[in-house]
Amino acid sequence: MKKDIILAGVGGQGILSIAAIIGYAAVETGLYLKQAEVHGMSQRGGDVQSNLRLSDKPIASDLIPHGKADMILSVEPMECLRYLPFLSKEGWVVTNTKPFINIPNYPDEKQLMAEIEKLPRHIALDAESIATELGTAKAANMVMLGAASPFLDLEYERLRDAISFFFGRKGEDLVKLNHDALEAGRKFAQNNMN
Amino acid sequence: MQKQLLLGDEAIAQAAIDAGLSGIYAYPGTPSTEITQYVISSKEAKEKNIVATWTANEKTSAEAALGMSYAGKRAMVCMKHVGLNVAADAFINSSITGANGGIIFVVADDPSMHSSQNEQDSRFYGKFAMIPILEPCDQQEAYDMVHYGFELSEKFQIPVMLRITTRLAHSRAGVARKTSREQNLVKLPENLKQFILLPAIARKQYKDLLNNQPHFEAAAETSGFNTYTDGKDKSMGIIACGLAYNYLLENYPDRNIPYPVVKVSHYPAPAKMIEKLYEECDSILVLEEGYPILEELLRGMLNKGKTIKGRLDGTIPRDGELNPVIVGSALGFETPQLQEIPSLVANRPPSLCKGCSHIDSYNGINEALEKYGKGRVFADIGCYTLGALEPYNAINTCVDMGASITMAKGAADAGLRPAVAVIGDSTFTHSGITGLLDAVNDKSSITIFILDNSTTGMTGGQPSSAFGKIEDICRGIGVEEEHIRVLKPLPKKHEENLAIIKEELEYDGVSVIIPRRECIQTLNKRMRDKFKEKAKA
Repeated sequence: MKKDIILAGVGGQGILSIAAIIGYAAVETGLYLKQAEVHGMSQRGGDVQSNLRLSDKPIASDLIPHGKADMILSVEPMECLRYLPFLSKEGWVVTNTKPFINIPNYPDEKQLMAEIEKLPRHIALDAESIATELGTAKAANMVMLGAASPFLDLEYERLRDAISFFFGRKGEDLVKLNHDALEAGRKFAQNNMN
Repeated sequence: MQKQLLLGDEAIAQAAIDAGLSGIYAYPGTPSTEITQYVISSKEAKEKNIVATWTANEKTSAEAALGMSYAGKRAMVCMKHVGLNVAADAFINSSITGANGGIIFVVADDPSMHSSQNEQDSRFYGKFAMIPILEPCDQQEAYDMVHYGFELSEKFQIPVMLRITTRLAHSRAGVARKTSREQNLVKLPENLKQFILLPAIARKQYKDLLNNQPHFEAAAETSGFNTYTDGKDKSMGIIACGLAYNYLLENYPDRNIPYPVVKVSHYPAPAKMIEKLYEECDSILVLEEGYPILEELLRGMLNKGKTIKGRLDGTIPRDGELNPVIVGSALGFETPQLQEIPSLVANRPPSLCKGCSHIDSYNGINEALEKYGKGRVFADIGCYTLGALEPYNAINTCVDMGASITMAKGAADAGLRPAVAVIGDSTFTHSGITGLLDAVNDKSSITIFILDNSTTGMTGGQPSSAFGKIEDICRGIGVEEEHIRVLKPLPKKHEENLAIIKEELEYDGVSVIIPRRECIQTLNKRMRDKFKEKAKA
């Protein structure tokens, strides 16, 4: 088993919380893991990514080789396209559709969505809206994780456990909310996988 | 023991705690910050009374660590590569004093300049100082090397360099810990003149350092961090240094490399292994995450031996970090056909946060300078360097820590009026104070903005050594009281601030303007923590 995932977003959007939950679930499953993060200057509103590698064999490189990623999981629609050179021919793009606009030359949203629609294997969802319906937009990242979950080769229950582990201290309500968010994202992906 | 998921930086920190560390000193700098941050936040380190502290700059860090080594205890000092330039005086001379308690200089290089102004390779410094260098290929090796490094340091009474690069520093993997070791007791050097570098003593100790070189070489052959692995195909031999070894392995999923390989993670480079490789193979490929140091040594000035492939002959790009595909192409694998980035994808450079006080400062500076024209703002290193970008275009230089004040002084000496310096509070106490003294002594006509957000912002909000001291420092150095002006950089204060800035720009002498408002990130964090505390109560 090998899963190479590029997590993408904008500095401050919290992609590392997604990485931490997948990472925890992977380690509990007994998998090897490497996860390269971006710290420093780019965290100030610049484009950020994390290379997350899971495998049942020891992993050599901290970086995912170009053309080998099994998935791009992006919490921002333009950012999912930035890493296409890393995606394998069979790879999936799972992306949030809510733009994060902090630059003057952000592309036209219709054209942007048209580019995403062109991708042969993609799941695009408005995670904020889904999360807001469940109770808080803050759970959007867990909706995104849920949408990625059918492609992760990790037992779903492990992901739920990881959420319980990370949100447990903050109370049962928040755990349930994030479990629901995970489930909602997963359902969306399952209904849109063709 | 179950493995712990740790960043390379954190693995080094945890290893130091486990290896009997007594003190760690650093100035924050990407990608080294998380080492010291980890020890500062560690409960275990607190229980063990380990000193973990941010210092004014890398030089003061290095000297404090050397003092702890003098007193017989194990010390670590951490910095980014350009920080070693600041600490270089202490670093180079510490190889002549030698160590008493084990001392490790951890230096994190930043090839590809993700968060830096150059990509200098610290292995040059290690070679310059003639001390052992350890360059881990992964997080586990980084952990193990800290234990080994302290032992090596104490065995030969020599400081040891641990050199890492960005990808290892900021990548997480499972790390197995060793059993903890007690800290050393205070124990003075046997020779109480060991650390006195008077010429007569230094000459002797320098000879000792030179005489120790064969021992350092022998250690590198036997430590186990350097390995020779045979391969059937002798048309090429490979030398892979540090992290480059992983990229090599990545290209052979079954780990079956047809060529002989020397993995180099401990310097001086293992000459015997490399000689064997050179004798047996028709050509040599050198993979280094950084400058072509070994490659240059192997080629020699005339390059008349066997074919040496690497960064110098174009097999690998001359600059930037390595990755699996660059290494794969050097190995002769075809570069994969890649999907293209659609042309509508725009660059998203980092930017000042919404509500950042620097925005208001730059709006004031830009407007006040309008009548003089562009090109007179000497800036420094920190979040405010982002003032170089749209929409501010507010600064004209950024060179090294503290260079704003001194470059403004030089330009003012040349006749540029007004000449403006922009420096952050933490950078000011790091390397700005001495430059201010120069300016005051010469009555230079410069206007200095000390942008005081009361933290070291870019690296994540570490405490600033300048906190609460800036006006006193300026007064103490001799800046006239009436030309120390404190502003509150807020949009509603714009006109009031603008008037003050304009006034000081006209002053023919040193004036210091201090726009003071807390970093929006640390403020938010403080408010969140307060809210949590309240919720608990």
